Amino acid sequence: MNSAFRDLTPAQQLVPVTLDGDELMLPDGANLAAALLAYGVGVFRGTPVSGAPRAPYCMMGACFDCLIELHGVTRQACMTQVQAGLVITKPKGRDHADG
Amino acid sequence: MQADYAIIGGGVVGLAAGWGLIRRGQKVIVIDGEDGSFRASRGNFGLVWVQSKGLGAPHYARWSQRSARLWHDFAAELGAASNTDLCLEQRGGYDFHLDEASLAAKVRQYEMLREELGGNYPFEVLRSNALRREEPEIGPKVAGAILHHQDGHVNPLRLLRALAADIVARGGHILSGEHVEDVSQPDGFRLTCRSGRVVEAGKIVLSAGLGAMTLGPKLGFKAPVRPQRGQVLITEKLPKMMNRPSGIIRQVDEGGIQIGDSKEEVGLDDRTTIDTTATIAARAVAVMPGLARAQLVRSWGALRVMSPDGLPIYQKSRTMPGAALVTCHSGITLAAAHARLLPAWLEGADDAPDLEKFSEQRFS
Amino acid sequence: MQMVDLAVIGAGPAGMTAATMAAGAGLSVVVLDEQPAPGGQIYRAVASGGTARADILGKDYVEGAVLVQGLLASTARHERGAVVWDIAPLDEGFEITFSQESGPSRVAARRLVLATGALERPIPVPGWTLPGVMTAGAGQILLKASGVVAGSAVLAGSGPLLYLLAIQMSRAGAPPLAIVETQSWRDQLRATPRVLGALRGWRTLFKGFGLLAELRGHAIRRITGARNLAIIGTGRAEGLQFTTKGRTQQISCDTVLLHQGVVPNTQASRALGLEHDWHHGQRAFVPRTDIWGESTHRGIFVIGDGAGIAGAKAAVPAGELAALQIAHQAGALDKATRDKKAGAPRKRLEAERSLRPFLEAAYPVAAQVLAPADTTMVCRCEEVTAGEVRKWAALGCKGPNQTKAFGRVGMGPCQGRYCGLTVTEILARSHDMPHSAVGSYRIRMPLKPVTLGELALLEPTDAAE
Repeated sequence: MNSAFRDLTPAQQLVPVTLDGDELMLPDGANLAAALLAYGVGVFRGTPVSGAPRAPYCMMGACFDCLIELHGVTRQACMTQVQAGLVITKPKGRDHADG
Repeated sequence: MQADYAIIGGGVVGLAAGWGLIRRGQKVIVIDGEDGSFRASRGNFGLVWVQSKGLGAPHYARWSQRSARLWHDFAAELGAASNTDLCLEQRGGYDFHLDEASLAAKVRQYEMLREELGGNYPFEVLRSNALRREEPEIGPKVAGAILHHQDGHVNPLRLLRALAADIVARGGHILSGEHVEDVSQPDGFRLTCRSGRVVEAGKIVLSAGLGAMTLGPKLGFKAPVRPQRGQVLITEKLPKMMNRPSGIIRQVDEGGIQIGDSKEEVGLDDRTTIDTTATIAARAVAVMPGLARAQLVRSWGALRVMSPDGLPIYQKSRTMPGAALVTCHSGITLAAAHARLLPAWLEGADDAPDLEKFSEQRFS
Repeated sequence: MQMVDLAVIGAGPAGMTAATMAAGAGLSVVVLDEQPAPGGQIYRAVASGGTARADILGKDYVEGAVLVQGLLASTARHERGAVVWDIAPLDEGFEITFSQESGPSRVAARRLVLATGALERPIPVPGWTLPGVMTAGAGQILLKASGVVAGSAVLAGSGPLLYLLAIQMSRAGAPPLAIVETQSWRDQLRATPRVLGALRGWRTLFKGFGLLAELRGHAIRRITGARNLAIIGTGRAEGLQFTTKGRTQQISCDTVLLHQGVVPNTQASRALGLEHDWHHGQRAFVPRTDIWGESTHRGIFVIGDGAGIAGAKAAVPAGELAALQIAHQAGALDKATRDKKAGAPRKRLEAERSLRPFLEAAYPVAAQVLAPADTTMVCRCEEVTAGEVRKWAALGCKGPNQTKAFGRVGMGPCQGRYCGLTVTEILARSHDMPHSAVGSYRIRMPLKPVTLGELALLEPTDAAE
């Protein structure tokens, strides 16, 4: 994936996680939001109000825009550390078809 | 400012009555409190509810049923006028029971009430399989539920906004941030607010919720109301997981699961406590185990406006003719009745509902 | 439940200092902080970033390591990754509930220090919710905590942080495409009379001048007096649009980093019902505190940027002053010693604070942020526009709690952190009311979302079936 971000310290221990069912390797212990951005994940979720795409905004646990699902629980990616075996799902948000 | 009616209190009770009066051609001014006032209208549970109301007081059950029946038309009219979807759903509602004994006891009470109401009390008992067919998320700890077909729910904040918007659109006035300090009746009524503003009106409706405790006696009412705290939780927005509301858990139209079943006598204290919110959460998780993973995003305490017997009070003042007290703790359920039926009673019209049993006489 | 002498919420410079000093005075102290390591946002991950990152971030940042070492060497108990979500006053002291990965815990403390720092001011401009738009602070946190830098970024807004971040990004080999600033030379001119007052904080002021000199060295394109900022793009940020000298321009980029200064994070102080005052210079509410940092609620101290923006260099002396008073109140320090020791930190605090009026005038909040266009979204969570808030104001809503009830603005998971000040500004303008009279959201527990499963674990045992 093409990322808008550069990782200045790429030589880190990588561990496997899954994102929407796909396996990817992220730096062990890294901030999950930063690791996903550096990996090239540009959109983290769709909002439950309109389905609009969102991604990290504040990176300090205040804006709640980097919400993802970890093992079925909504969590702030920017407040989560990467560990092997994380099961990450992007919340799809409101389906426009449902109105 | 001058009007036919001054409504003291801009919560859902006052706005519904004011809206109904404007529909009858009256000129209305609503005097509303401050941003931080105690406001049951902003903290309530949003139920249009019939079951469990009026046990031992069938006239209250009938009044609630009458309002519930009016709700559909009322919501359609107000919704169209204010271009607001009030999200009214009246497809029945549940009373969940974790044990057989409490379920059986409630059923006996409902059967008695059904008899008093001449059979008009359509409820059924759903046990495990039937219940889970209707509501797959219900957990194994639930012994059964009473499904009452006259129950439903609405978006109470949209109701509040729609009433305010349509009152203003129809030429009414809402004065917010005002606090009525003094009422005199030299000829008509003269209300003096703390800000110095004076409002004159031929008649007044006191619908100030807990504010009636202080203003009521000045107008010749007993106004024996007290605060009763309820704590309410709401989760993040979730995909649809409930088809009907219950008295303690419902999924709001925006997706959040709203939970609350506490009743506390703590005076004018609307804070939340961990002991109570944790108890509410534990019960909700027992009913719907999937909720354990849902994020709680807000909680709040709200003060119910309770009369000694829990029933509404509709009373016209003897010492200040033209003043009426309207207070209840079910302002959402009764909004349709307050909008459609109460104005005739306030006007003393021929088509007024008989509200004698709801007068303050019963407390003497 | 154990009762400690002091609980400190937040392990930034203010909290670390207060905790370390109070522990040094013999008090039992617990520090609760959301991050995996102490430092706060300003010194985020300062102890773990390595030397390459230190070279990029600079000397001021590295200095924070001393505070971290001080805290870790003290007897204060530091709870990592601890998200505080409930604080309840007890008959004596306070009960604090927090969650860590292991689940919820509670601690009781006789006294409480809120050192919850600052948030980026809400920056409601068109497109600010698009992926690819972040705060400048977020851009810097990515560098500090993760060694990640935006490759094709425009910095936009106002304030010295933009210069510092541009320099840090340049050192990292990824200079921003441009810095688009909303303040004008007129603002800078208006600020000059305040330079004299700011000279008491000359160390910091001179650092600022040094910053500007280094910035010139990096030859980054700078545009000032920009208006009508808007992020363009469908589905994600593709560029920044703005107007200068009557001409509309666009710069294509992948990332827009916005900044309009920072404001106190008052979620906890509001939830506790402390008195707050409107600070006109900072255009934000600040908790009312005495010279020691004690709030209007006895036993609760608010220090650091959460008590009014003054920066990390002011947070340290503020932490010292609070620790002195807390040690005195606890009987561990006599009045004479307290007063003698308070002299130096008080001077440093005053010197740092003296800089602020100059900065506030030189880098004012952009007009379009204080009064967003009707179509601009102000509540990111519930997706509510400024126009809708104005519509409810016209219906009679005079306070933010009423607009919240009418249209859900402020009801989402961020609990009003990124719309509260905007709504107060809009209502103040709509009704021509002072901001203090408009007020702010009533903040309720939980301060941060918590799962119902976790909350249920705290059910009182006598109520359990």
